[in-house]
Amino acid sequence: MTANPVLELRNAAKVYGGGETLVTALHGATLAVAPGELVAVRGASGSGKSTLLHLAGGLDAPSSGDVLVEGQSLGSQSRKDLARLRRRSIGYVFQDLNLVPSLTAAENIALPRELDGASAGEARTEALAALEEIGLRGVADRFPDEMSGGQQQRVAIARALIGARRLVLADEPTGALDSETGEGVMRLLRARCDAGAACLLVTHEPRHSAWADRVVFLSDGAIVDETTADAPTVLDLGALT
Amino acid sequence: MSIKHGLLALLAPGPKYGYQLKAEFEATTGSAWPLNIGQVYSTLQRLEKGGQIEADGVPDDDGRVIYALTPAGREELAGWFHTPIAQESRPRDELAIKLAMAVNTPGVDAREVVQAQRRQAMSSLQSLTRAKAAVPDEDLARVMVVDSLIFAAEAEVSWLDRCEARLRNARTEKTPEKEAVQ
Repeated sequence: MTANPVLELRNAAKVYGGGETLVTALHGATLAVAPGELVAVRGASGSGKSTLLHLAGGLDAPSSGDVLVEGQSLGSQSRKDLARLRRRSIGYVFQDLNLVPSLTAAENIALPRELDGASAGEARTEALAALEEIGLRGVADRFPDEMSGGQQQRVAIARALIGARRLVLADEPTGALDSETGEGVMRLLRARCDAGAACLLVTHEPRHSAWADRVVFLSDGAIVDETTADAPTVLDLGALT
Repeated sequence: MSIKHGLLALLAPGPKYGYQLKAEFEATTGSAWPLNIGQVYSTLQRLEKGGQIEADGVPDDDGRVIYALTPAGREELAGWFHTPIAQESRPRDELAIKLAMAVNTPGVDAREVVQAQRRQAMSSLQSLTRAKAAVPDEDLARVMVVDSLIFAAEAEVSWLDRCEARLRNARTEKTPEKEAVQ
């Protein structure tokens, strides 16, 4: 890895409670995600996947260790600076989408840019370009309940990627989608990574985690395994590529 | 078997010679199952003996024999396409046998066996996914072969996840007893 990582977890741990009720959700996790890299996190329910993602996004603070985004330690930021860093540098895609129901697709995508201080006109132009890129220019003025699940998910991803966000955090982004639509979402995430974004993806679906450059496996709050795409297959890859 | 029926299917549009059949078989299946030319000729001989194909005319100037389907061959091929392949007719699963043995062999950590296998399966799944991204959507035959390998690798990973969870639960339940033995 030559480029500086966009995201770095340094021995980041999270415990809840104390004494007899102490629960260690995440043991010291060390993980770096470089620009252009897609890293998937797998593991059973309760293995610490969501905790890891929340720490990475500054939505929760580690009990010990450190989390850095673009070289800046999240722990040393004021609440205001952290909010700005989250808004400008990090895009979130959650399973439950969190699209604002009273805003259209374009308005949903433009929202974080407007919060960043862009004018409404600028933000809308950028949102329309983002929709064009994901092949959804036609749904710009539709409300979330007027779109299919796959369209809503792609709008959520476009919103996560608008502006100069270099880190995308995705929690089960293919959750309720059928196989083909889920694959479309993964192709989109992969393309954005290939264009330079860093992405940390939590998914329980092996087929979707396989789009990643690295797959890390969590068990009982610890990273126990990591794989890369270097296994020989029965396919003659040379003949295919 | 798949080679025999594969060759019959390739002969359905018209007569072909051995090397041509080998090349077309591999192109259609994305080279997932390469054939050696000896396999092709021995299969063609068996098919000829069984009356499912016949030599089409005399060998050409290079000595190549062109083969064509007979009506019996067409019937065999139609039967193959219309009959689903039974799950239990597939060969014994070495991995399932290995894990069953690992659980019951003293001194073997079955979880380690599972994790090593899952690492391999996940890495294959990543390689296959990468390969698939390079296949154009309109190349239906290849996309479907790669999908088949992807779904099989995914099923293996999911099954190994389940095995690991079972082993973890079993270990939690058995720990006091195990310590007593040690």
